[in-house]
Amino acid sequence: MKPFGELNGLAAPMDRANVDTDVIIPKQFLKSIKRSGFGPNLFDELRYLDEGQPDSDNSQRPLNADFPLNFERYQGAEILLARSNFGCGSSREHAPWALTDYGFRAIIAPSFADIFHSNCFKNGLLPVVLDADVVSILFDEMYATEGYRLAIDLQAQTVTTPSGSVYEFEVDAFRKDCLLKGLDDIGLTLEQSPAIRAFEEKWRAASPWLFDVIK
Amino acid sequence: MAGKTLYDKLWESHLVELRDDGTALIYIDRHLIHEVTSPQAFEGLRLAGRRPWRRDANLAVPDHNVPTEASERAGGVAGIVDAVSRLQVQTLGDNCQAFDIVEIPINDIRQGIVHVVGPETGATLPGMTVVCGDSHTSTHGALGALAHGIGTSEVEHVLATQCLIQRKMKNLRVRVEGQLTPGVTAKDMALAIIGTIGTAGGTGFAIEFAGEAVQALSMEGRMTLCNMSIEAGARMGMVAVDQVTIDYVKGRPYAPSGALWDQAEAYWRTLHSDADAVFDREVVLMAEDIKPQVTWGTSPEMVLPVDASVPTVDGQADEVSKSSVKRALEYMGLQGGQAITDIKLDRVFIGSCTNSRIEDIREAAAIAKGRKVAANVIQAMVVPGSGEVKAQAEREGLHTILLEAGFEWREPGCSMCLAMNADKLGSGEHCASTSNRNFEGRQGIGGRTHLVSPGMAAAAAIAGHFVDVREFGGRA
Repeated sequence: MKPFGELNGLAAPMDRANVDTDVIIPKQFLKSIKRSGFGPNLFDELRYLDEGQPDSDNSQRPLNADFPLNFERYQGAEILLARSNFGCGSSREHAPWALTDYGFRAIIAPSFADIFHSNCFKNGLLPVVLDADVVSILFDEMYATEGYRLAIDLQAQTVTTPSGSVYEFEVDAFRKDCLLKGLDDIGLTLEQSPAIRAFEEKWRAASPWLFDVIK
Repeated sequence: MAGKTLYDKLWESHLVELRDDGTALIYIDRHLIHEVTSPQAFEGLRLAGRRPWRRDANLAVPDHNVPTEASERAGGVAGIVDAVSRLQVQTLGDNCQAFDIVEIPINDIRQGIVHVVGPETGATLPGMTVVCGDSHTSTHGALGALAHGIGTSEVEHVLATQCLIQRKMKNLRVRVEGQLTPGVTAKDMALAIIGTIGTAGGTGFAIEFAGEAVQALSMEGRMTLCNMSIEAGARMGMVAVDQVTIDYVKGRPYAPSGALWDQAEAYWRTLHSDADAVFDREVVLMAEDIKPQVTWGTSPEMVLPVDASVPTVDGQADEVSKSSVKRALEYMGLQGGQAITDIKLDRVFIGSCTNSRIEDIREAAAIAKGRKVAANVIQAMVVPGSGEVKAQAEREGLHTILLEAGFEWREPGCSMCLAMNADKLGSGEHCASTSNRNFEGRQGIGGRTHLVSPGMAAAAAIAGHFVDVREFGGRA
């Protein structure tokens, strides 16, 4: 996983509450057996005027000129500003894959859905929770300022605006450490193999009906 | 010291290691696998040269992409017309073979939606930790299991280590007291709860559903209820083990028997919250107050009783609500203030992991009996949740009732719930659906989904618009 330390990036809006993972990446793209290439179909139904398919040539498709991510001023954005309960619905990890493949490295919102929030950390995408009032301030400043950039420092757990306002955010210590170092969860867990085996033997003795049934 | 909640007990019994930073390593008993969220996980194992930790903990079944038309289905995997879907289903089979994992194949009678198959086969049992790369894994909590959806990275993690790194959730108890009135179902209960606490109301919590009305539900009803926990923001929902649970599990193919059954049953009967358990939050609803529910908007919390009217933009308290109601009304093609019963339907879908079990099919057939689907309804389809449900319904003659009324009777799969196969809505079409998500485009681009119970969906198919199933008559 790509480590995340500091980011100074252009911010772009997804200005509505309860953005679900079906909107982030529609189901027809979930048929892929790969982990990459979802970026061109991020927010597909909002971004394009036609119906996208996995085999569509996205460069030839008509863009929705009213969708902010299609605005010239938001090209190259790395930070998505969003509203509450971002990423609700389906557990599809294709959602963070699409966001990172597009170029986003952090999302700032008042709240995130649980599974999406967890999936982000597995993919080097930082979900930053800030108070709803603060997020509203950031939205207002972003709309008023072309080229609005935010600085995110994961180590210090701060978001800094162009005018110098600093907002602190909370992040789980374990996830922060993994993200800072770009650690592989599975490798870490496998270091605990003796503990897992010991648990498993104890559990097998206590609940033998859970073992060797599906074979 | 305060007693323990059901969630506390399930969590503690699976705790491999608790770290100083509050994260924990949790052991996973059952891992269910389907074709959509697993290929990248198997690829990850392959790239790292890893093998599954414990093969007998896993069970795979294709469900999301499988065709539900009998003619297309007859050809098995090779007969799937959509080449991209075919490759994905084939890839599941190939991966299961390569990694020595048991797969229930496409035309096996046990095949079906993974959340119907798990409990039905006994692959899901009380007291287990159950995960699957699908958010509706919360369904299995109905058996008194700790069950939740995971992303593909976690699918790979479970395959490789039999564990997940987690942090304990807070405890939320939702009690529904009193008795549901006739014609009101577990689906209405689930929607009413979401309408009360909102789609983010359960975020960060494990929900335990309790109270007289929950205890009175069948296992099928409890599965419907737990299934929609995720629509209330909670990864997991659960119901304590009681006689209903025990009776349901007994005799299932993967359930224990003989002396092992006795040992298991004695343990399962301890799986309930202690009388003095403390919950971080508690919500109470009165069952008598719950009427048949219909969603009018593009989020499951945009739900109202069938006798209500669609909300108006002006009636909203703040700007964010105003703009979300405005957007939802536009997308749904509805006028603020319009009666729910005035909404006309183009299609009806009875199926999905929420409502495709035998009880749901019976509920729909009881309404459809001796009646005909309205002329303005282009299609009314019933998609059983598994081959076993389909066979049971056919033994009871329910398919004949439904076919005579003008419903289609399909092969098992996820179907139009998420429209990954050919079953989908056209743009602008209104659908009465027994599924779980009314998101924009969920059932087809531009499609307009209204979530309801199977009885309400069947009644809407007959009337051509929403009606109060309680005034419709003909219930079993």
